[in-house]
Amino acid sequence: MILTTNIQSYSINFHDDESIIRAKQLNIYYSGKLTVENFNLQVPKNKITALIGPSGCGKSSVIRSFNRMNDIIPGFSLEGEVIYKGKNIYSSREDPVRIRRQIGMVFQKPNPFPKSIYENVAFGARINKYQGNLDELVESSLIQAALWDEVKDKLKESAYALSGGQQQRLCIARAIAVSPDLLLMDEPASALDPVATLKIEELMWELKDKYTIVVVTHNMQQASRVSDYTAFMSLDREKIEDRIGVLVEFDETKKLFTNPKLKETEDYITGRFG
Amino acid sequence: MIAEKKISTETNQYKENISRRNRTEKIFNVILLISVLFGLLMLTVLIIDIAVEGYAWVRPELFENYHSRKPENAGMKSAIAGSIIVIFMTGLFSFPVGVGAAIYLEEYAPKNRLTDFINLNINNLAGVPSIVYGMLGLVVFGRMFGLFSIDSWFVKLFNIPIESGATGGWKFFLFDIPWLEIHLPFGRSMVAGALTMSLLILPVVIIASREAIRAVPPSIREGGYALGTTKWHVISTLVLPIAIPGILTGMILSLSRAIGETAPLIIMGAFTYVPFLPKTVWDQFTVIPIQIYNWITLPQTEYRVHLAGAGILVLLFILFLMNGIAIYLRKKFEIKW
Amino acid sequence: MLRNLSKTSIFSFYNPQRVRNIRERIIAIILFGCGIFSILVTIGIIVSLFSEAIGFFLRPEVNLFTFLTGTNWNPLASQISPENFGVRPLIRGTLMIAVISGSIALPLGLGSAIFLSEYASDRLRSILKPLLELLAGIPTVVYGYFALSFVTPLLKRVLEDQLGIHVSFFNAFSAAVVVGIMIIPNVASISEDAMRAVPRSLREGAYALGATKFEVSTKVVVPAALSGIVSAFIIGISRAIGETMAVTIAAGATPRMTLNPLDGVQTMTAFIVQVSFGDAPAGSINGQSIFAVGATLFMMTFVMNIISASILKRFREVYE
Repeated sequence: MILTTNIQSYSINFHDDESIIRAKQLNIYYSGKLTVENFNLQVPKNKITALIGPSGCGKSSVIRSFNRMNDIIPGFSLEGEVIYKGKNIYSSREDPVRIRRQIGMVFQKPNPFPKSIYENVAFGARINKYQGNLDELVESSLIQAALWDEVKDKLKESAYALSGGQQQRLCIARAIAVSPDLLLMDEPASALDPVATLKIEELMWELKDKYTIVVVTHNMQQASRVSDYTAFMSLDREKIEDRIGVLVEFDETKKLFTNPKLKETEDYITGRFG
Repeated sequence: MIAEKKISTETNQYKENISRRNRTEKIFNVILLISVLFGLLMLTVLIIDIAVEGYAWVRPELFENYHSRKPENAGMKSAIAGSIIVIFMTGLFSFPVGVGAAIYLEEYAPKNRLTDFINLNINNLAGVPSIVYGMLGLVVFGRMFGLFSIDSWFVKLFNIPIESGATGGWKFFLFDIPWLEIHLPFGRSMVAGALTMSLLILPVVIIASREAIRAVPPSIREGGYALGTTKWHVISTLVLPIAIPGILTGMILSLSRAIGETAPLIIMGAFTYVPFLPKTVWDQFTVIPIQIYNWITLPQTEYRVHLAGAGILVLLFILFLMNGIAIYLRKKFEIKW
Repeated sequence: MLRNLSKTSIFSFYNPQRVRNIRERIIAIILFGCGIFSILVTIGIIVSLFSEAIGFFLRPEVNLFTFLTGTNWNPLASQISPENFGVRPLIRGTLMIAVISGSIALPLGLGSAIFLSEYASDRLRSILKPLLELLAGIPTVVYGYFALSFVTPLLKRVLEDQLGIHVSFFNAFSAAVVVGIMIIPNVASISEDAMRAVPRSLREGAYALGATKFEVSTKVVVPAALSGIVSAFIIGISRAIGETMAVTIAAGATPRMTLNPLDGVQTMTAFIVQVSFGDAPAGSINGQSIFAVGATLFMMTFVMNIISASILKRFREVYE
C-alpha cells in the first residue's frame, strides 16, 4: 500500500488487481455546473466500501457515474475516467447497457416493478437472455438476498404486497440475479425502519464474499458497522459557495473512525458539522 | 481468486445479445418516429389538397352572395352571418354558467358524494357524441316537448294564444318591451342553436375554467382571508382576475370547436339553404360548416370540390385566428409563479 | 355646522355584517345552481332521448325486440312494419368504422405516445405535441371532404385499377381511415399522460439491470401504464362511434349487413342526419325513429365512457 498525502486529502491506494473499479480524476458537471471535482478512488475487491459525507456533496453522483446511470439525466457531462476491468467505461467504444448488467444498483427507495415477485427477479435475466434454468436462478438470488423463506410460497404475488424492507431485499435479489461483480447501493436502508435496516446490513455482510459493494450512506454508525473501507466526501472548503464535492479522506474504516488523518473528517465524524 | 472464477463462468451464461438488442432499439426508434409523423403527414396532405382545390374560389363572391344554383354566383354570406351570431350567443350563454360551475366546484364544493357525482357527470358529458346534444336541443329548445303546440294540454290549460304554421308558437314581448320579443318554443332559430351549442361546450368550458382557477396559488386566497374579508370578495377581487386569462383562453378554444360543429345544428333544425340574412335571433339560419356540407353533397365538381374547398379554407382560417388569439392571450397574461 | 353624515346616513340602520352575509349566501346558492346545472343537462339528454324513443316503441308498427335483433333497416319502405325497423345494419356500419378506425388510431396513437413520453426531448415534444393536437381541432366536415377528395380516389387507384377489387364510391373504409386519423391525438394524449405518470424510479431500476430504452419502454413503462392506455383506447373508440359528419359524407346512406369495408354503409349517426334533412314531422314514425337510434347510440357511448373512466380512476389511484 502506498500512502498519498497532501494537506487537503488523504487516500490509500491498491494494486490494480486488488481493485475492481477505479475513478480517475473525475469531474462531474450538471448542466455545465461543476458538482464534483478531481475525484480519485480505487474500490477494493470483495470488500464493502462506504461513501459518507454531508448531503449535497456528490456521493450519489459519484456512484451513479460508476454504472453510467447519470447518462440518462439530461445536462450531465463528465471529465476523467472510470476504469472497470481495465477499460474506461466512458470511452465511446463501451456500451452502457453491457456495463449496467455487470454493475448492479440498489436505490434509496425500493423500486420493484409492478409485476410478480418472480418476474421482478427474472426481469434482468430475461432481457439478458439467461441461458440456464430461470427457476433456479430466481430461487438462488432470493436465497442470497435472505428473502426466499418469506416469499417462496407466493412467488406469483405482486411485489407491492411486500413490506418496505422486503421490497428492498427483492431489489437486491433482482440486482444479484444478473451476476454483477460490483453492487452499488445508494442509501439502501434510509427509507426503512430500524429492524429492516439491520436485516439489510446483515445481508451486505453475507454478500461480501461474492460481490464487491459500494454503499452510500448518511448514517455514520451504519458505515462504521458495516464497511471495511470508508471514503469521506465533503464540499470543497476553499470555494464553499460553489458547492463542489471532493474526496477528503479514504482509509480502512477502523482507522478513519478512530484516527482520522484530517480535521475535516474528524469534525464530521464527531458531529461538529454536517 | 475463487470469487473471480465464479463470476466469469456466470457471465458466460448471459448471451446478452447486445448488438441485436441495439439493432432492435434503432428499428423501434424509426417505427415510433413514423407513428408520430404519419398524423402530421396526413395533416399536411389534407391542407395542401384543400388549398389546391379551393384557393382559386376564395373570392369576394364567396362572402357577398348567397348560395345559388349557379356555382359562379354561389357564396356563403348567410352562413357566415349565422355562424357569427350563433357563436356570439353561445359564448354569452355558456360563459356565466360554465364559469359559475367552475367557481363552485373549485371554491365552494365540499368533498362529498354529491360533488363526486357532479364531477363524474361533467366528465361523462364531455364524452357524449355531439349529435346527441343536437337531439337534446331539438326536443328541449326547438320543440319544448310539444308544450306549445296548438293541441297541447298546456296551451289548453292556460289558454295561450298560439300561432299555427311552421314558425308558429307563442310570440310575446317580455315585460311588454317591444324589442324583447320571445318565441316559444324556440323552434329552428338561432336562439335554439346557440343554446344547443352552449350545452355542448359547457363541459369543456367548466374543465378549462377549473384548471385556470386551480392554478391560482392558495397563498393568494390566504392573504385575502387574512385581511378579513368575505369569500366572494376574495374570489371576485383576487382569484378571478388572475384566472381570467386562462378562463378566456379556454372559452375561445371551446368556441372555436363550436364553430366547426355541424351535426348538432342540423339535428336541431338549422337549414341548408338560407337566401337571406337573419334579421332577428328568432330567424332561420345556417352556419358555415352546414353550407360546406351542403356543397360537398352536390354533384357538380364546382360545388363539391372547389366551393367546398374554399369554404373550408375560410373556416380553417377563422379557426386559426381564434386559436391564435387564445394562445396569444395565454402567453401574454401567463404569470410565472 | 357640518355634521358627520356617515353616522346618520340612511343606511345606518342596516347591519353591514348581515347584509354581507345574505349576499354571500345568495351568491353561494347561485354558484351551487351552476354546479347542479350539469346534472340537469344529463337528465335533459336522458329524458329527451328516451321519452321520444318510448313514444316510438309504443307505436303498433314497431317492436322493440325486432328493433334490436332485426337485420333490415328500411324506414322508407311503403309497408311500415316491424321487419323494416331492425337497427342491426346501422350498428354494424357504426362498429365496422369504429373497429377499422381503431386499428389505425390505436397503434399510431400509442406509438406517438411512447415516442413523446420516452424518446423525445422536451423541445421536440413542445413542437410535436401541439401539432398533433391540431389534428383533433380540425372540423369533421373537413375530414369528410378529405375522405372523398383524397382517400377514396387513392383507394380506387390502388385497389380497383391495380388489383381489380371493386371499391364503391361511398365506402366504410375511407370514412374509417379519416376517423382513425381524427382520433389519433385523443389516444396519444391520454396514453402519454398515463406513461408520464409512471415514476422515474421504475425506469431507473430497469436501466440499472442493463436494459435498452426499447426494453424499458415496452417491458416496464407500457405495462405499468397499461390501464391508462386501455382507457385511452376505449375513449378513442367511443369517439369513433359517435362521429357523424365524416361518416355521413364518406360512408354513404345505405344500411347494409356487410363485412366488406369497401361497400357503402350507413351508421347510426348518418341515419339521424339523413332524417333531419328530410321533412319528417315531429310525431311521425321517422321523426321518432331517430330518437330510438339516438338512444341506442347514447347508451353505447355512455357505457364505454363509464368503463373507461373507472379504469382510469383505478390507474390514478396507483400512481398519484
